[in-house]
Amino acid sequence: MLIKSKSDILSSEITPESVYHDRRRFIAGSLGAAFGVATASLSGFASAADGDGLRAKAPTDLARSAPAPWWEEKFASISPAVKTGGFSTSEALTPYRDVISYNNFYEFGTDKGDPIANSKEFKVDPWSVAIEGEVEKPGVYTLEDILKPHVLEERIYRLRCVERWSMVVPWIGFSLADLIKRFQPTSKAKYVEFFTLLDPESMPGQRSRFTTISWPYREGLRMDEAMNPLTLLAVGVYGNYLPPQNGAPIRLIVPWKYGFKSIKSIVKIRFTETQPATSWNMLAANEYGFYANVNPEVHHPRWRQDMETRLPQTLFSSSRIETRPFNGYAEQVASLYKGMDLSKNY
Amino acid sequence: MTKLAKWSVFCLGLVPFLTLLYGALSNTLGPDPADTLAAETGEWTFRFLLLSLAITPLRNIGSWPKLFPYRRTFGLFALFYASLHFVIYLVFLLQLRWSEISEDILERPYITVGFTAFLMLVVLGATSTKAMMKRMGRHWRQLHKLVYLINILGIIHLIWILRTDLTEAVFYASILLPLLAYRVYKYYARKAARQVSLSTPN
Repeated sequence: MLIKSKSDILSSEITPESVYHDRRRFIAGSLGAAFGVATASLSGFASAADGDGLRAKAPTDLARSAPAPWWEEKFASISPAVKTGGFSTSEALTPYRDVISYNNFYEFGTDKGDPIANSKEFKVDPWSVAIEGEVEKPGVYTLEDILKPHVLEERIYRLRCVERWSMVVPWIGFSLADLIKRFQPTSKAKYVEFFTLLDPESMPGQRSRFTTISWPYREGLRMDEAMNPLTLLAVGVYGNYLPPQNGAPIRLIVPWKYGFKSIKSIVKIRFTETQPATSWNMLAANEYGFYANVNPEVHHPRWRQDMETRLPQTLFSSSRIETRPFNGYAEQVASLYKGMDLSKNY
Repeated sequence: MTKLAKWSVFCLGLVPFLTLLYGALSNTLGPDPADTLAAETGEWTFRFLLLSLAITPLRNIGSWPKLFPYRRTFGLFALFYASLHFVIYLVFLLQLRWSEISEDILERPYITVGFTAFLMLVVLGATSTKAMMKRMGRHWRQLHKLVYLINILGIIHLIWILRTDLTEAVFYASILLPLLAYRVYKYYARKAARQVSLSTPN
C-alpha cells in the first residue's frame, strides 16, 4: 500500500533512526541481544570494531584505491574526530553507499545518479592548485605540497542541501585556516574565491549545449568565514579517498551553509579585496545569495527551508526533521554575522 | 483495433507503473525514493502526452487510421501518470501538510504551472468518453484543443525544475514543436481551402 495513515508516520518515528541507518550497529545490536550482552558494553564493542578510532570506514568492497602512492602514507594516520565544538555529532551517519551515489555535481550531469555514473574515468593525479591574488606566496602547488604539512582528521558534519535534503557525513580533511596561514594573505585579502576544474573533455556537464552555468563553477567566502575552524578542506570520506563524484581530490566543506557553497575538485584559490562572484548567485541572484547560510526562516523561492529530509528515507518511514539556524552550528558561527540582516544577506 | 493490440498497448502502458511500484516496495529507488518517483511519473506523463499528440499526424500522413483509438488511450495514460505524480507530491513530498499546499500552488511558479496543467488534463479525461463527445458536439473539439496548452505548460514546468541544464526540456520541446507546427499548418491549409471554395464561381 502506498498511502500511509498518520499513525504509520508516528510508529516509524518511534524506531530510532540510528538503528535503521547504521547497519553495523544494528547487527552488533542484534548479536548483543541474541547473546544477552549487556547493552552498556555494546557501544564500546562497536567502536572497537571500527578500528583506528575513526567513527566510520568505507566498506572494503566499495573503498577507493589511492590516487597516487603518497596518499596512502597520508591516510595511514588520521586523527579521530574531536567530540566538541561542532567537529562531530552523534547523529546516525548517512550510509557510505548513499553518500557516494546521491550527488549534486553538475559538471557530471544534473541527475543525482549522474556524477557516480559519469566520473569513473576522472583523473585526479597529477593535480595542482593555484594560489593567487592578495598573498605573499602565490604560485601553483602540487597537491602533495598542499597536503604535506597537514595532519588529516575526521570531521562528522551535517550536510544540508538547499533542495531540502540532508546527510551526516564523516569527512577526512584539515582546516582551511591552516592552509591559508601558510600562504600569508596580505591585509588587502578580504575574501577567498575558489574555482572548480574546467575540463569539458572529462566533465560532460561542461560540454552540454544547453547549460546555463558559465563554467568553471566558482564559490567564495568572507575571510573570517574561511578562517573559522569548522571550515574544512576535505580529501576523504568514510576514512577513505574521496571518490570523483564527491569532489576528488580536494573540496571545501562549510557545514553551516547550503551544500552548493562547498565547492568540489578545487584547482584555484584566489584572495581578493572585493566580494567574488559565485556561480548560483550569477545564475539567479534572487534565489541564491552570497552567504547562503542555512536559515529556517528565510525560504528559497522554490523550497520552504524550515524542514529537511534526512537521507536515506524510504516511502514508509518519514525522516523529516526541523532545520536549525546555521544547520545547528549557530554556537560556532552566529557571531560572524552579528548586526547583519540575514533576510537580506541570504 | 484488434483486441490483442488493444490489450498489448494497455499492458505496455502499465509497465512503467509496475516497475516503479516494484522499486518502491523493494526500496531500490535510491536514498530519496519520493524524489525519484516524482521525477519518473512526471516524465511518463510527458511521454504519453506526446504520443497522444502524435496520433493525428501519423493517421493523416502515414494513413494509419487504425491508430486513431489510441489517441484517447495515450491521453488517459498521461492522466494516469499525472495523477500519480500529483498524489506522490501530496503524500510524499508535501507529506499532507495541507497548510502549505496553497502557498506552494500560489507562490512557487513551477508548481502553479504544473497544477494548472494537471487540472486541465483532469477535465479532458472526464470528458473523454464517447457519450460526452456526442453530448458536447463541436464544443468537444474546442475543449480538447487544451491539450496543446497542457503540453506547453508541461515544458515550462520542466524548464523551471531543471534550472541549469535544459537538455531534457529541449529534447521534449523538439518533439512537441513539429507536432504543434503540424496543427498550425493544417489550420491554415483548411482556411485557404475554404476561401478557395467560397471564391470559386459555380
